Amino acid sequence: MGYTRRQALKAGGSLGLFSALVALGLVKPGDAWAQAWNKGVFETKSVADALKALGASAPTMTADVIVTAPDIAENGAMVNVAAVSKLPKTQQIAYLIEKNPNTVTAVFDIPPGTLPEVQTRVKMGQTSNVMVLVKADGKYYAAQKEVKVTVGGCGG
Amino acid sequence: MRARFILAATAGIALAMPVLAQTGASADFQKFRDVMEEDNPAELFEARGEAYWKTPSGPKHASLEQCDLGLGPGVVAGAYVQMPRYFADVDKVMDAESRVVHCMVTLQGLTYEAVTRQPFSNQSGTPAHVNVVTYVAGQSRNMPIAVPQRHPKEREMYQIGKEIFNFRAGPYDFACATCHGTDGKRIRMQDLPNLTRPEGAIKAVQGWPGYRMTGGLMLTSQWRMNDCFRQQRFPEPKYLSDTVTAILTYQAVNAKGQIYRGPGIKR
Amino acid sequence: MADPMKIRAALQGDVVEVRVLMAHEMETGTRKDASGKVIPAHFIQTVSATHNGNTVFSAHWGPAIAKNPFLQFKFKGGSKGDKVQITWTDNQGDKRTDEATIS
Repeated sequence: MGYTRRQALKAGGSLGLFSALVALGLVKPGDAWAQAWNKGVFETKSVADALKALGASAPTMTADVIVTAPDIAENGAMVNVAAVSKLPKTQQIAYLIEKNPNTVTAVFDIPPGTLPEVQTRVKMGQTSNVMVLVKADGKYYAAQKEVKVTVGGCGG
Repeated sequence: MRARFILAATAGIALAMPVLAQTGASADFQKFRDVMEEDNPAELFEARGEAYWKTPSGPKHASLEQCDLGLGPGVVAGAYVQMPRYFADVDKVMDAESRVVHCMVTLQGLTYEAVTRQPFSNQSGTPAHVNVVTYVAGQSRNMPIAVPQRHPKEREMYQIGKEIFNFRAGPYDFACATCHGTDGKRIRMQDLPNLTRPEGAIKAVQGWPGYRMTGGLMLTSQWRMNDCFRQQRFPEPKYLSDTVTAILTYQAVNAKGQIYRGPGIKR
Repeated sequence: MADPMKIRAALQGDVVEVRVLMAHEMETGTRKDASGKVIPAHFIQTVSATHNGNTVFSAHWGPAIAKNPFLQFKFKGGSKGDKVQITWTDNQGDKRTDEATIS
């Protein structure tokens, strides 16, 4: 998942051993992904840093990535975001929320045979762009949509 | 001729109002909630409630499977849309939540104080009776509201509820009816249903118990009414008070025949 | 112990659509309780789904996934009656696995 070499080294410990196993060809990199949650990626605080941490510094903006989210969210505590990639060999889909305290919200791994379509709900602190970053055939693509977050009246 | 014209015009306006109110942000919000309703976290609370209903607990080590919700001991399906109703064993009208608490006390041997120590869900957790009410409500999904008005006490409850609905008081000197008694009203960006008509009244019943996005809490009709009183700057009613049962009866009877969609999702 | 997930897995054509609701606080670690104390972060970090022993989907999450998370994904190769297993683990070491039958 776009770990940079430096991050892998910094994580140390088990991950260091893991890198060694990968190097020896004993473990496939794909297996790692299911276990190691990358703190460095999830603690980034800007889109630029998030992209860098994910190893995707300059993604190509494309209409082949479709972001479905409400124009106006009645409540930022629960915003449905769906992503569809039409790019062949989609390997990974990530959600980045520009104005949230931490930019990266989710990274999904799409193995062969799984459709590049995912849906989940996110928390948004304020009106923001929601970016969907897609890794396909080793390259990075993105699309984004603005979601306005409002406050309503009484309890409904 | 002229009179007929005026009548027709008035009817036209009355019909147009809700349509106008449904435009813009309001329609967007409805769409927003519809998306959530398909996979509503309320289902997780229904599952917890069902487990509680079927698992023996309390000093008497009993489940709630013998609880009579008005359709006979253990009958859950359809019970929620027929409450509040009169229960002969206590000689009073009870709403679903009061009845569930009653069953926990009588069948499981818990004290009323213990069950109601935390009446509503908050950040520290969801009380067991709230999960059970959510389960019970889920067992009336897609059924028409059919709250009985056969027993004199049921009819009396409706009348009391109607009076409370129209009772102007508090520092702001207004009643429920001030905002919810006519068509086409709104507060900030939310439309206010007219609770005196079936199409409006169902909106007070629909979606409760509801999973509230704010805080992610499962909240019941009892909570909603309590919060209405609070927002009206009235003294808050005692938990499971007859006052709340009366107003729930008024709303549910007014919503007669409307389809209840089960536990909902709220802002 | 964590509550069971609610999993629906339905075959539509040759695609299995999986919809999952998980009971979890998804506490961000930035909120304070009534007494002003910070509520420690508590959120699901990894989710993985397997079908016939193969991983068909996995996710890494931060704390900004909404409370009581919902997840939907789709994969090919499943048949009616097959089992889909979902596992989540959180930052405090809690873990939960549930399975559903494809209908």
